[in-house]
Amino acid sequence: MTWVGQRVARKEDLPLVTGTGTYVPDFDLPGTLEVAFVRSPLAHARITAIDTSEALAAPGVVAVFTGPDIRGKVHSLVLDQEAAPPGLETAEPEIYPATIEMLADGEVRHVGQAVAAIVADDRYHAEDGAELVRVDYEELPAALDPEAARLPGAPVVFDNVPNNVQARYRIRVGDTDRALAEAEHKLAMTVRSQRVMASPMETRGVLATTVGEETTVWSSTQIPWWVRNSIAASIGVPQRLIRVRIPHMGGGFGVKVNVYPEEVLVTYISRLLERPVRWVEDRAEHMVASGHARDQLHHVEAAYDGLGRITAIRDRFVLDSGVACPYPLSSAYNVASHFRSMYKIPNFAIDSECVLTHKMFNLPYRGAGRPEAAFVMDRVINAVAQDLDLDPADVIRRNLIGDDEQPFRMGMPYRDGTEVVYDATGFPAAFERLLELVGYDEHRRTQSELRTRGVHRGIGLSTYVEGTGVGPFESGQLQIDADGRVVVYSGCAPHGQGLETTMSQVVADAFGIDPQAVIFKAGDTALMPYGAGTFASRSAVTASAAIIESSNRLLKRIKGLAGELLEVASDDLEVVGGEVRAVGVPGRSVTLKEIYRSATPGPGARLPEGTDAGTIDTFYWVPPTVTWGFGVVGAIVEVDAETGVVDLKKIVMLHDCGRVINPLIVEGQIEGGLVQGIGATLYEHVVYDESGQPRATTFLDYLLPTSAEVPDIVQEHLEGIPSARNPLGVKGVGESGPISPPAAIANAIIDALKPLKIELNELPLSPATVAAAIERAGG
Amino acid sequence: MNELEVTLRVNGESRVARCEQRTTLADFLRGKLGLTGTHLGCEHGVCGACTVLVDGASARSCLMLAVQAQGQEITTIEGLGTPENPHLLMRAFSEMHGLQCGFCTPGFILSAHEYLREHPRPDRESMRTELSGNICRCTGYVKIFEAVERAAEMMAETEGASS
Repeated sequence: MTWVGQRVARKEDLPLVTGTGTYVPDFDLPGTLEVAFVRSPLAHARITAIDTSEALAAPGVVAVFTGPDIRGKVHSLVLDQEAAPPGLETAEPEIYPATIEMLADGEVRHVGQAVAAIVADDRYHAEDGAELVRVDYEELPAALDPEAARLPGAPVVFDNVPNNVQARYRIRVGDTDRALAEAEHKLAMTVRSQRVMASPMETRGVLATTVGEETTVWSSTQIPWWVRNSIAASIGVPQRLIRVRIPHMGGGFGVKVNVYPEEVLVTYISRLLERPVRWVEDRAEHMVASGHARDQLHHVEAAYDGLGRITAIRDRFVLDSGVACPYPLSSAYNVASHFRSMYKIPNFAIDSECVLTHKMFNLPYRGAGRPEAAFVMDRVINAVAQDLDLDPADVIRRNLIGDDEQPFRMGMPYRDGTEVVYDATGFPAAFERLLELVGYDEHRRTQSELRTRGVHRGIGLSTYVEGTGVGPFESGQLQIDADGRVVVYSGCAPHGQGLETTMSQVVADAFGIDPQAVIFKAGDTALMPYGAGTFASRSAVTASAAIIESSNRLLKRIKGLAGELLEVASDDLEVVGGEVRAVGVPGRSVTLKEIYRSATPGPGARLPEGTDAGTIDTFYWVPPTVTWGFGVVGAIVEVDAETGVVDLKKIVMLHDCGRVINPLIVEGQIEGGLVQGIGATLYEHVVYDESGQPRATTFLDYLLPTSAEVPDIVQEHLEGIPSARNPLGVKGVGESGPISPPAAIANAIIDALKPLKIELNELPLSPATVAAAIERAGG
Repeated sequence: MNELEVTLRVNGESRVARCEQRTTLADFLRGKLGLTGTHLGCEHGVCGACTVLVDGASARSCLMLAVQAQGQEITTIEGLGTPENPHLLMRAFSEMHGLQCGFCTPGFILSAHEYLREHPRPDRESMRTELSGNICRCTGYVKIFEAVERAAEMMAETEGASS
């Protein structure tokens, strides 16, 4: 039997369900000091004085650090991990590195920026100390509106970024100007995706412990290797003296895919004081000091013919970066490369700017540019239908890329510099199946009659494509240990995705054993010199590829070693059940434990000519480019036309993620992703007021979906073609759920109130927003 | 600050420790008694990750002071089951994939435990409402519903077998 494809229950669950897991706050290292931060209460201000004397004298306080205290010792991070790669020249990217300051030194640039670190014997005392730090501020004008912040004369966030434009690019496919000039029909819209936050249930946290000159850093991060490299660079120590590990982690969704000041500072303080030092973020801090996301304002124009076939799209958008956009390609460029989704739109022009403002910085969040793109694109599709009085389903049909046109070339590079060429097929069939599952024809027949009874029911549709499994690389290492166990190390950083289980399934197939027998370790920089992490729907694709390639190498090595012991040609051997057997010769076998012993360096080793000692192999997988998943989503709503309250009845999603490793886990990813998409559509909003004060600082202001808000969810995995861009044929799936709900739900509300022809181009679709749209439409 | 002696019955055992008056029940359980299965997700009473049972009723241990629980019976996730002997709810959550990152899971299991006591035959409508005090950001709740239903089934089977 093959383990890949089986509905295997997760290996990682037992400690989690019994409360015996170890998250950062759960460590109990003797003598641990706890850190609390003093944070800026203002969006932009000069620090004129800091007095820490009272804090230093407070009970339990051991040390206090301010910006001036660490000057020249702990350096700001200058992040350029998303500098444009070769191949992206046509997009004319201009990208300045993002600056992440450690502790404010002379100036604060957003509410929540760390100003001082208080180190005490426990968290209560550290917070007492924080309250005693006196900071004098002289308030400065703040840049808060990104459209205004890019104009001359606006307050400047960082001197090295002219006009606050940290990144820009432009894409030109075909001749958009001409297509718009010659268009039979045209429309223009302004579409906004609001600022949101990923909101994992565990906030960030970091614990550093120093023994001799080496520091082990336990951090709740999605990118342990980058954290290690950045800490080493910031505090000026060799990378080998810093080991970053991830313990159990309470989710990430993108917000933990950056290196943060607290990770560097806690490490620095631990090395200075030679003590274990920990900081655990509280939720109020998280909401102002962990990355936000999205916050894009689009000005879009479309040209189309009388049948609704779109001939051109022109879009200009600004992304409100806050004080930094560390991932301009993921956050902004992804919008361009996913914008046209499954549609054949020959002319496309897009201009993007990531503009700095005095707010918390902007990171990719689950979907990373794709939900924003899909919201604009499928609002356009719906508006075209509305303008021409066509059914939106027909407009989608007329624009879909046909199977005979695949592999479709989009005429532009992906963010890795490689041309976007879809390696998927079956868009029309998936769309027709969606219509069947949402009961589209029946809905059209009954909608008007329902309306006469006061039931405003609507169905909205959206499609998406998703480039998954992006590089730059991932690492995999396979070994046989002294007990004859198969051990796999991976450069990914699992934090809820079930990678221990899925990667064990992959290894189980290679070695003919049960996944339970596989030992899986990941998220530890001491395991391997290089690793990337878990983000961007990439781990199932890239980690599995690295693991399969290193398995192949190790299997070859094992067969060579066994051939020596058994005196059999290695082609006649198979590895199964913890031993190597001569095919067709019962009883002629050797265990992996014996093979380990035979490969152990020393006089007892029995190595074939030219074979090194050891039973270990490593592979670094560098993907050729991304592999394209896709999907279609339908939302069914009923709307209260008086109050604007939306009752989301059902959401249906069909998706292709290539070969499914574990259906149970894929279903969980889809359901969780959809519900995050519902939250970002109907409830979630990071609001800053006109003075740059955040208005959402608790879960009472920032509303996450609960079980009461979840509609019926129906999903189907499409039997797509396996990807040819990795050995297993998989495509990523983690981010697909949240992409289409904003467009599908907005379109459903519009459909429910069809006679009013309302417009909904701004998220979230709160009752007030929907009611205002109804009023504008004269309803 | 002055410390007080707090005595609780935790998971069936009497536990005594000293703490400041302002120490929350959650910090007391985690920091003084080492019961770190009680998680802190928001510390302002919304997310439900810190849910424990106080005299059998679910409570937010982040909003309650340890001194307020003086003399009361507290059940934490560690009291419901262990890795060697997991509770049926724990087994059902794993079997149905009712968790991903696991951070909200202990609180969810304790809320589900209370729910099943009141609704031995769970239905989706009441579950949606009754479990809405716990936030999960990973699963989208569908598989949590399925896990609670599965646990009810397993409990009924166990009862059936023993009667």
